[in-house]
Amino acid sequence: MTTGIPAASAGTPAASFGTGGRGPRLFSGGGRRAGVVSSISTLVVLAAVVAIFLAAPGSSEVRHTFFSPHDMWESFVGNPKKGYYSVGAAIWLNIRMFLTAEVLILILALLIALIRQSTGPVLFPLRVLAMMYVDLFRGVPLLLVVYAVGFGLPALRLSFISSQSYAVYGVLALTLSYSAYVSEVYRAGLISVHRSQVAAARSLGLTQGTAMRYVILPQAIRNIVPPLLNDFISLQKDTALVGVLGAIEANQAAQIYGSTVFNYSSLTVAAILFLILTIPLARFTDHLIDRDRQRRLAGAAT
Amino acid sequence: MTVDSPLDAMVVEDVYKSFGAATPVLSGVSLSVAAHEVVCLIGASGSGKSTLLRCINLLEPIDSGRISLLGEQVTGAGIDANKVRRQVGIVFQSYNLFPHMTVLRNVTLAPMKVLRLPKAQAEEAARELLARFGLADKENQYPDRLSGGQQQRVAIVRALAMQPQIMLLDEVTSALDPELVAEVLDVIRELAAGGMTMLIATHEMGFARDVASRVCFLEDGMIVESAPPADLFTDPKDERTRRFLRRIVDAGRM
Repeated sequence: MTTGIPAASAGTPAASFGTGGRGPRLFSGGGRRAGVVSSISTLVVLAAVVAIFLAAPGSSEVRHTFFSPHDMWESFVGNPKKGYYSVGAAIWLNIRMFLTAEVLILILALLIALIRQSTGPVLFPLRVLAMMYVDLFRGVPLLLVVYAVGFGLPALRLSFISSQSYAVYGVLALTLSYSAYVSEVYRAGLISVHRSQVAAARSLGLTQGTAMRYVILPQAIRNIVPPLLNDFISLQKDTALVGVLGAIEANQAAQIYGSTVFNYSSLTVAAILFLILTIPLARFTDHLIDRDRQRRLAGAAT
Repeated sequence: MTVDSPLDAMVVEDVYKSFGAATPVLSGVSLSVAAHEVVCLIGASGSGKSTLLRCINLLEPIDSGRISLLGEQVTGAGIDANKVRRQVGIVFQSYNLFPHMTVLRNVTLAPMKVLRLPKAQAEEAARELLARFGLADKENQYPDRLSGGQQQRVAIVRALAMQPQIMLLDEVTSALDPELVAEVLDVIRELAAGGMTMLIATHEMGFARDVASRVCFLEDGMIVESAPPADLFTDPKDERTRRFLRRIVDAGRM
C-alpha cells in the first residue's frame, strides 16, 4: 500500500498539469518540460506526506478513530435510537444558516459602507456609530459574539426577541460579526472606483444616489467579488460555531456521534461535507473573475 | 466688470480657486462666452484651463467670484448643481466612459435617470446621435473594445444626449494617438457649425485657429490675452503669449 499510491498515479496526471489554456493557471512557467517537472515534484511531496502518515507509530489507531468507513457511514446517516444525529442531515442547517446570513450580511454591510463613505456633515453621528460598530465586531472573536447573542438575548426574557431558536441567534451573531468585515470589503471596492467616474456621472446631472447606484456600486462590486466570496467561504465554515449553543448543525452532530460511540470518523464526515460546500464556491469565484476579464478585455481596441 | 447681456451664454467673473493652501490655480479669471460662440483656452499644462472648466460645471467649488450660465448665477448658496449640469455638457481628456455598460447604455443612462425619458425614446435618440457620429455599429460594444477616438466620440455623444446648451471640452484629444485626433476634431467642428456654444481647452493650436471665434491664453491662473485667433496667433500683444507661442512653434506643434 505504501508504494502503491505514487506508482499507480505517476503516469496519468502529467499531461493535465501542462499549460492549460483558460482559467487561472496553477502551474505557471509554461512549457512541457516545466509541466513534467512540477508534476513529478508534486507527487514526490505527496508520497512523502502519505508515507510519514502511514509509518507513524499511532497510524493505525488514527486511521481507525478518524477514517473508519463503518463509522463514517453510521454518522452520516445517523441513528436516533442510539442517541446520535445524522451529520448529513445536520449540514442542511449549516446551509440554511449560511444562505440567510449571507443575504443579511450583503445588505447590512453595504449600508454600513455607504454610511462610512458618506460626506455630508448631517450624517456625522451615523458615521461615528458605523465606525464604532466595525471596530467592535471586528475586534471581538466570533465565538464570543455567538455566546453573547445566543445566551444573552434569551436571558433578557423579552417576548419576541428571547424566544427564537438557536439557529436564529446563530444567524444573528454571524451577521453582526461578518457585516463588520464585509463592510470594509465594500468600502475598499467603493474607493477603488476612480474619482473620474464620479465626475463623469455627476457632470451628466445624475444625483449622488443615482451615480452610486448605477455607476459606482456596480464597478465596486465587480472589483470585490473575489474577496467577498472569500469571506463567504469562511462564513460557510463558521456556521459550525453555532453548534456551541446546542443547535444540531453538522459539527455538533459529529461531536455528539464522537462522544456517544467514541469514534471520531464523524468529524471527518463533517469536514468532507464542508469541503463539498466550499470548493464549488471557490471554483465559482475563479469562474466569475475569468469571465469578467474575458468579456472586458478579449479583443480589446480593434 | 462685465455685465450679463442676454446674449452671453456664460459669464465668469473674477473667479479664484485654490486647492488647499497651495498657490491658487485660478487667480481672478473673467471671461464671457456669447451664445453660439466657440472659445478656445490655450496655455501650458497647469495654467488652470481644466480647473476653469470643472468650476463652470460645478465639479469644483470656487473660492470667490461669480459664474452665470444662460443668464442665471450658478455659484453661491442654494444652487441645484444637478439642474445646472443638465444644461452644460462636459467631455474629459480621459473619456471617462462607464466601463461596465455598453455604448448604448452609456448614452441613455442620464436621459433615462435624469430626464426620465422612456427607454425606447432614449434609445432612439441615442441611436440617432451615434449614427450621426459614425458609431452606429458600436452600440452593443463595451468601451474597452473601442479605440480611443471612438471612445471619445461616444463620450461626446453621451454629453450631447442630455441636449445641453453649452459644451465644455477638456483637452479631448490629448490622450489620443495622433492618427485618431482628426476624427474627434471633425466631430467638434460639426458641433461648432451647428451653432453649439463651446468652451474648449486644447493643445491643438491649428484646430483652435480653425474653429474658435476667440482664443484665450491662460498663464498662472489668469487670462493673459484674449483675441480672435487671427490676431492672437499672428500678432500677440503680451510678451507671455509670445513666449508661449514661440515654445509651441519650436516644438513643431504649429
